Amino acid sequence: MFYIYPLSRVMWISVSEPAFGLGNYALLFTSPAVQRILVTTARICAITSLLTLVLGYVVAYAMVHVGEGHRQWMLFCVLLTFWLSVLVRAFAWVMILRPEGPINAALLGLGLVTQPLALVRNETGVVIGMVHYMLPYAVLPLYANMQGIDRRLVAAARGLGATPFTAFRRVFLPLNMPGIVGAGLLVFVFSLGFYITPAILGGGRTTMIAEYIGIQVLTTLRWGLATMLASTLLITVFLMLAIMSRFVSLRRLFGAA
Amino acid sequence: MEGRRGLGYGVLLAGAWMVLSFLVAPMAVVVPVSLTDRRYLSFPQDGLSLQYYVNLATNDVWLGAIWQSVVVAIASTIGCVVLGTLCAVGCWRIGSRLAEGVRALMLMPIIVPSIVHALGFYRMWIDLRLLDTFTGVILVHVVTGFPYVVITVSTALATFDPRLEQAARNLGASMTQTLRLVIVPCIMPGILAGAVFAFVHSWDELVVLLFITSRKLYLLPRAIWAGINENVDPTIAAVATVLMLATLSGLLLERYLRRRAARGGRLATLVARDTRRRRRRPSDPRLIDALRTGGRGSRRRYRARSADDSGLAPAISWPGARVARAAISPRSHRPCRTPP
Repeated sequence: MFYIYPLSRVMWISVSEPAFGLGNYALLFTSPAVQRILVTTARICAITSLLTLVLGYVVAYAMVHVGEGHRQWMLFCVLLTFWLSVLVRAFAWVMILRPEGPINAALLGLGLVTQPLALVRNETGVVIGMVHYMLPYAVLPLYANMQGIDRRLVAAARGLGATPFTAFRRVFLPLNMPGIVGAGLLVFVFSLGFYITPAILGGGRTTMIAEYIGIQVLTTLRWGLATMLASTLLITVFLMLAIMSRFVSLRRLFGAA
Repeated sequence: MEGRRGLGYGVLLAGAWMVLSFLVAPMAVVVPVSLTDRRYLSFPQDGLSLQYYVNLATNDVWLGAIWQSVVVAIASTIGCVVLGTLCAVGCWRIGSRLAEGVRALMLMPIIVPSIVHALGFYRMWIDLRLLDTFTGVILVHVVTGFPYVVITVSTALATFDPRLEQAARNLGASMTQTLRLVIVPCIMPGILAGAVFAFVHSWDELVVLLFITSRKLYLLPRAIWAGINENVDPTIAAVATVLMLATLSGLLLERYLRRRAARGGRLATLVARDTRRRRRRPSDPRLIDALRTGGRGSRRRYRARSADDSGLAPAISWPGARVARAAISPRSHRPCRTPP
């Protein structure tokens, strides 16, 4: 009750303020500012999901193939990031990526660049921070899925004369597909509504939808626009989940995470 | 695959560890910054200094923020655990389509982007005059955090033998007694896991806080947020280091406890098997030795296990659970008297 009511309030305001009707939703198609935000959000989320998936896949794939002790350490690293405060992580990235930070200092010292690269307060910074935040969310479901695959099948393919790469591509990868799609969509859905990391690492220049909504409500007080965007976000997320539920059991995915 | 550890395997390992160091490395940067001897955010130049830890421990703003966060997190964890456990047990008891629906609904606060429900709570809290109050914040954290408890407790209940509950009821326990003495002890691991999730959720939540608190309430995440945006005071690096160490030690503790439990569990199984074979105390001298030196945990487990060896449930030594288990164990059903 306490949850559903506020949510439906948001949906209701989106069609009733400032004037009753779908006027707010028309802004989706007419306002260049809103469109720019949507495009930025979609682009950043897509890049983030793709990078996260690739990096997470490497870790998960290594985790099923190494020995027990080794695996424990890898899992430990993933869980450590998983549990660490999102603010602490964003702060650490600001420290590393800023113009006086260690990366720029190293690059300058080596003479690779003549002036500090702009790594933070732009899209690069946001993507790096978000990939860092999302990696555990990709690794854990991927790992769970890979564990369920019978590895003797790959061995059988090898025994029948397939090269390692063919065995991987024709046998392991198809079996792994539900996990990959599930993890990818999970990361995408979570990054769509991400507020804190983009706000800190974007530094007000790269604005994603969640931060834009926040600005609309807290400083410019345009509730109609803000709730319209929030509803759009909500509907998009549920559409994504509807697609996702065709591939994987949602409850398993969230129970594991 | 297993036996062939060629070049590909090496590349894979190197890649994986590169990604993992990408995960862990950023945290390493925060520690030296927190030890800086300068007055702004920087690496230490002419030596280390603990001044920002001293500042953290004496500064009223930071201490107030930490204190408020602790109060809110503990209160909302208690709320989450009570509500979540009752909800999960209720759904498990009903066990119908309705319960499935409720459980699906439970996932919503986890899935819905926090900015969306932040707007909703903000609007509603204005009407209810709950803005900037402890009640308001705790209520939000309970509502958005208790699904975690529902999930972990439901998982624990999935392995709980429903006959234990029937047996307890059959022996005359009331519903409350059954819940308190039989069900709750058996699903304790699930409840504890849920409590950890709820606590961390409340401790780390910022988006809703930005909307529903202003002057009176200044919780730790907001203090850190403000610190990052100002980007000058190195105290924030000290805070970050402390939080990191807390996370690290929490994880290490969990790992240690699980290992100990696994060791104790293995020992208990061996003892139980040996006892069953001899129908008496354990005979294998190595086992007796292990019991004597194996620590308190394993001995307690051994005692619980030998009280009945029906092997139905894992070794749990709470009195209520044992009574219930004894009632359904085949041995106690051996008819002493033929029923009329």
